[in-house]
Amino acid sequence: MRELRVQPIKNGTVIDHIPSGMALKVLKILGISGDVASTVTVAMHVASAKMKWKDIVKVEDRELNPREVDKICLIAPSATVNVIRNYNVAEKRRVSLPERAMGILKCANPNCITNQKEPVETVFIVSSKAPLLLRCRYCDRVLEDIAAAIV
Amino acid sequence: MSSFEGVDVISISDFSKEDVMKVLKTAKGMVPVSAGKKSDRSLEGKILSALFFEPSTRTRLSFESAMKRLGGDVLGFAQPEGTSLMKGETLADTIRMVDAYSDVIVIRHPHEGAARLAADFASKPVINAGDGAGQHPTQTLLDLFTIWEGLGKLDGVSIALVGDLKYGRTVHSLTTALTMFRTNLNFVAPPSLQMPRELIDQVKEKGMPLKMTHDIRDVINDVDVLYVTRIQKERFPDPQEYAKVAGTYRIDLALLREAKKNLMIMHPLPRVDEIAPEVDETPYAKYFQQALNGVSVRMALLSLILGGSK
Repeated sequence: MRELRVQPIKNGTVIDHIPSGMALKVLKILGISGDVASTVTVAMHVASAKMKWKDIVKVEDRELNPREVDKICLIAPSATVNVIRNYNVAEKRRVSLPERAMGILKCANPNCITNQKEPVETVFIVSSKAPLLLRCRYCDRVLEDIAAAIV
Repeated sequence: MSSFEGVDVISISDFSKEDVMKVLKTAKGMVPVSAGKKSDRSLEGKILSALFFEPSTRTRLSFESAMKRLGGDVLGFAQPEGTSLMKGETLADTIRMVDAYSDVIVIRHPHEGAARLAADFASKPVINAGDGAGQHPTQTLLDLFTIWEGLGKLDGVSIALVGDLKYGRTVHSLTTALTMFRTNLNFVAPPSLQMPRELIDQVKEKGMPLKMTHDIRDVINDVDVLYVTRIQKERFPDPQEYAKVAGTYRIDLALLREAKKNLMIMHPLPRVDEIAPEVDETPYAKYFQQALNGVSVRMALLSLILGGSK
C-alpha cells in the first residue's frame, strides 16, 4: 500500500490549488504561526494535473469565515476551500474575487486618509482581475504588494 | 452624471466628456458675472463651508469669490490652527458637524482620499479642492476651460506637459481628462521625472498620439499649448543636478521664436523661474488668465450642484 504523505482529516478545512509558493502566506492570513491547538498540515510544491505545481494547507478543527476566504482569494485566486466534516467534503467552495475588498487590506500609502485615525474601513476596488490590480477607493493608489497589505 | 444637482466632485475621473463640456459651457456663461459686469443672485441664501486644512491662496479665494458673486455666503477656516482638528477631532466628526451648517462643503486636506471620506460622511455635496498629492478636479476643469476658451476646441489640440510629470498632481488629472478628447499629447520631462507608467498606459489604451521627450525643443514648433509645471528642488539629492535640469525647462523669448503664433502657455502657479518674466507680456502668456478662469469654473460647478443652473 502506498503511504499517504498527508493523512485525510476528520473535521476542518482543506485549502487546495494554492499557487505554488503561497502556502506560507495563506498560513499568515489564517493567523497560524507556532502556537496551534490542532494539526495543521502544509504541503508545498505538490505535483498537480491542473496547475503543474501547487501548495495545499489542511487545518484541522477549524472552518474559515467568509472574511478569511476573501483574504485568501486575494493572494490565491485559483484556490479551492473544502470544508470537511466527519471525513467527508461537506462544502466545496471555489474562492471568488469580490468586486471590492473591504476592511481586509491596509493601504500602502502612508498619507492615505485611511491610515489616519478615521472611523473608516479600507475599500479596494478590483480594477483588473488578471493581473490582479486593487485600487484604494480613497487615495486612488494601486496596491503593489497585495500579500503584505493584508491585515 | 445626468444631473449635477447634489453631486460630489471628488475626482476628474468621475466626469464624462459630456459632464466636462456642460461645466465648461456653464462657466462661459458665468464669465461676465465673475468679472462683476453682470449680476446673478441665484445662490442667495445658500452657504458654502470652506474647510482648508492646508493653506491655499488661489483656490480658496476663487471659491469664496465664486460663491459670493452668485449671492451666496461662505464660512470656514483657512488653516487648521485653532480648530477642533487641533484638539484631535477626526475629519469624519468635523464633517458631520459642518454638514448641518451649510449647503455645500469645499475641502482641501493634506491627506489623499480626505475628500472621498468627507463625502461618505456628509449628506451635502462635497467639492475636493485638493487632497494631498491626490486629486484637484476644479484645477483640471479650469485648465480645460482655458484651453477650450483660448482655442475654441479640445479635440485635435496638441498639448505639451512640461516639467515635473512624475509628482505633479495637476498634470496627472489633466492627462486623465485629456484622454476623454482626441488630443495629441507630448510629455516633456527629464527621464527621472517622466509621467508615471499608469498614465502613459491610459493614453496608449485610448490609441492617442503620444510623444515623450526630455527636450522641449523637440515639440516647441508643433504644439498649441505648453502646460508648464514647477520642478521642485527637493526632488533632487544633488543641487547641481537640479540647477542643470531646471535650466533646460525654462521658457524664454529665445525658445519661443520657434513657437506657433497662437501658442498658449499655461502654468498652475505658483511659478518660480520656469517661465521668464519677459514672457508675461507676450500674447502666449495665459497663466494669469488661467487663474482668473478659476472663478467662472467654480461658479459653474456651484451653480450646477446647488441648482442655480440646470
